[in-house]
Amino acid sequence: MLGLSKKDTTFLLIVIFLTLATPILLQPFPENSALAQFNAGYPDLMQRFAIFGIFAIGFNILFGLTGYLSFGHAAFLGVGSYSVVWMYKLLSYNVLPGLILAVIVSGLFALLIGYISLRRSGIYFSILTLAFAQMSFNLAYSVLTPLTNGETGLQVYTDDPQVLVSEGSPLSPHFFGIVMNESAKIDVGGWQFTFSNGYYFCAIIAILVFYLSMRIFRSPFGVMLRAIKTNQTRMNYTGLNPRPYTLAAFVISGMYAGLAGALLAAMDPLAGAERMQWTASGEVVLMTILGGAGTLMGPVLGAGFIKYFENIFSKINDNILHTWFSALPDGLEDAVVFVLHPFIGKGWHLTLGLLFMLVVIFLPGGLMEGGTRIWNAITGKNRKKKQDADHHPKPSAHVN
Amino acid sequence: MGILEVSNVNKRFGGLQALGDVNLDIANGTVHAIIGPNGAGKSTLLNVLVGKLTPDTGTVMFNGTSVLGRKPYEINQLGISRVFQTPEIFSDLSVFENMLIPCFAKRDGAFRLHALESIAAEKQLIEKAEQMLAEVNMADKRHMIASSLSRGDKRRLEMAMCLVQEPKLLLLDEPTAGMARADTNNTIDLLNEIHDKRDITMVIIEHDMHVVFSLAKRITVLAQGTPLVEDTPENIKGHPKVKEAYLGEAAA
Ligand SMILES: Nc1ncnc2c1ncn2[C@@H]1O[C@H](COP(=O)(O)OP(=O)(O)OP(=O)(O)O)[C@@H](O)[C@H]1O
Ligand SMILES: [Mg+2]
Repeated sequence: MLGLSKKDTTFLLIVIFLTLATPILLQPFPENSALAQFNAGYPDLMQRFAIFGIFAIGFNILFGLTGYLSFGHAAFLGVGSYSVVWMYKLLSYNVLPGLILAVIVSGLFALLIGYISLRRSGIYFSILTLAFAQMSFNLAYSVLTPLTNGETGLQVYTDDPQVLVSEGSPLSPHFFGIVMNESAKIDVGGWQFTFSNGYYFCAIIAILVFYLSMRIFRSPFGVMLRAIKTNQTRMNYTGLNPRPYTLAAFVISGMYAGLAGALLAAMDPLAGAERMQWTASGEVVLMTILGGAGTLMGPVLGAGFIKYFENIFSKINDNILHTWFSALPDGLEDAVVFVLHPFIGKGWHLTLGLLFMLVVIFLPGGLMEGGTRIWNAITGKNRKKKQDADHHPKPSAHVN
Repeated sequence: MGILEVSNVNKRFGGLQALGDVNLDIANGTVHAIIGPNGAGKSTLLNVLVGKLTPDTGTVMFNGTSVLGRKPYEINQLGISRVFQTPEIFSDLSVFENMLIPCFAKRDGAFRLHALESIAAEKQLIEKAEQMLAEVNMADKRHMIASSLSRGDKRRLEMAMCLVQEPKLLLLDEPTAGMARADTNNTIDLLNEIHDKRDITMVIIEHDMHVVFSLAKRITVLAQGTPLVEDTPENIKGHPKVKEAYLGEAAA
């Protein structure tokens, strides 16, 4: 079905189901329970899961398949956001023109950066992309202020042209009248589920681009990219020029990043230069490696994992810890809280860093490898016998 | 006029004259062996032929076109394939996927974006790849990851990848090095069979004289970067200069 094998179709259907049911699945704890703070089923966070999932899926097409590690993909994220806000300013709050423009502009931008950066491989390639992204950041931050509104960030003002706005048009981002920040709250028992337009808009796009990446992974182009990762010499002596293939992968992944950036601005009509900073580029690298580079689902898991940590762990403070451990004797309670303190709240980065190290050391294939191992342990399947369909990279994560 | 003409090729690596005034004329359809002691410049010569190295002077004409200054992938498209001294295969890919890449290259040239087609739809190419695998007796290994193959199988796979491109000229750099005797004999049979069936010109570099004399129609002896003699296998065997320079230790 849909040009996929039976196994892939089943996999896609499961992904679609999980994505659409996210508002329910991520709300496992009743509203008034002590664990409610671990619920992730609120629109803002779920949208981030979907958007950064898209970002990571695209990044994986480049890094996971070809092994070229870009440290500059946040530049495309920023370009996407700026494109959308400009369309708001010039036309209207309908997100569609902005999304289209974002994908086109980020694609062209990626063509330029990729064309130059791909003249080198390995660490030199990474440094080139990093340099380009930092240049873009600085341009957006100070030089190109007329285009980006510099430090303040680009936003819509009442005196903007908005030529397509008529009486009664929504005053916030919408898709032909479906307003992104509207949602339906449904109470069932002690649970509250929020079904937000914004989330479903992102989710449907995420499913579409996930499907697209599946097709790419299984296509002749996908095999070519994996071949390039393994042996460029053989590629050359087989009559193939690796450069156009890697450039195509770079542009495609840049467009994914642009789309993700566009969706960020579609959920919240702002675009700032900080979106292009190198930390944002690094984050998508972490997501992809944490989840499992080169696997279809891994980067999405990695994105979800990191965004969950960022939003949930960072909110736990000492008071909450004290209530959890109040059953312990006072001295011990204070001691436990003291030990855990650096890992929560603002210290969530520390926890994430430790987890990342553990994964890289013990599960080079990322969370996906962990999942596979657990699954094989349960089903008692011999690991070596079955060749994984998702093409896990070799443990030695080669950066080509 | 041969299919490949090498004239006055010189190549220096710093102070080392790796190739000195190499002249070579390879007849169409022949099997031409190049032998010589370690460091004689055999691999360097092949590297010049496939565009990996540019010679300091001289010309290399293939079928009337100069190969110098062309990229390796362009030279491959002219019809020259190469088997390396250490097999160059896509070790993370399955044997079958390894075979697909040259099939795509042969059909589509240097670049074509097939990002949305499915591999399963490429029936003709799949058939071609499978036939070739069967020909080298590797059909049962098609799902194996190439890195897990034995050394002999890696070489055979590489050879199959070159052959499926239907090259006019096949360059083989020590195709039986590291193979067991039985495997070596299989490879000899395979190469003879291929040569009879497909009429490919082959240039073969080999240390194993058994292989050389079982395959070659003509032999060039290279020593210190310069061709010493070129003759038929029968004459080479008895040639005093050759015995002295090379065969002395290997086949006496
Ligand atoms: N890239 C290079 N840079 C410097 N010297 C080189 C290079 N490649 C080869 N050489 C030298 O050139 C000479 C010829 O090397 P080449 O590899 O062509 O020999 P060969 O005949 O293939 O030997 P073998 O039988 O060991 O494969 C050797 O002395 C080698 O050390
Ligand atoms: Mg050699």
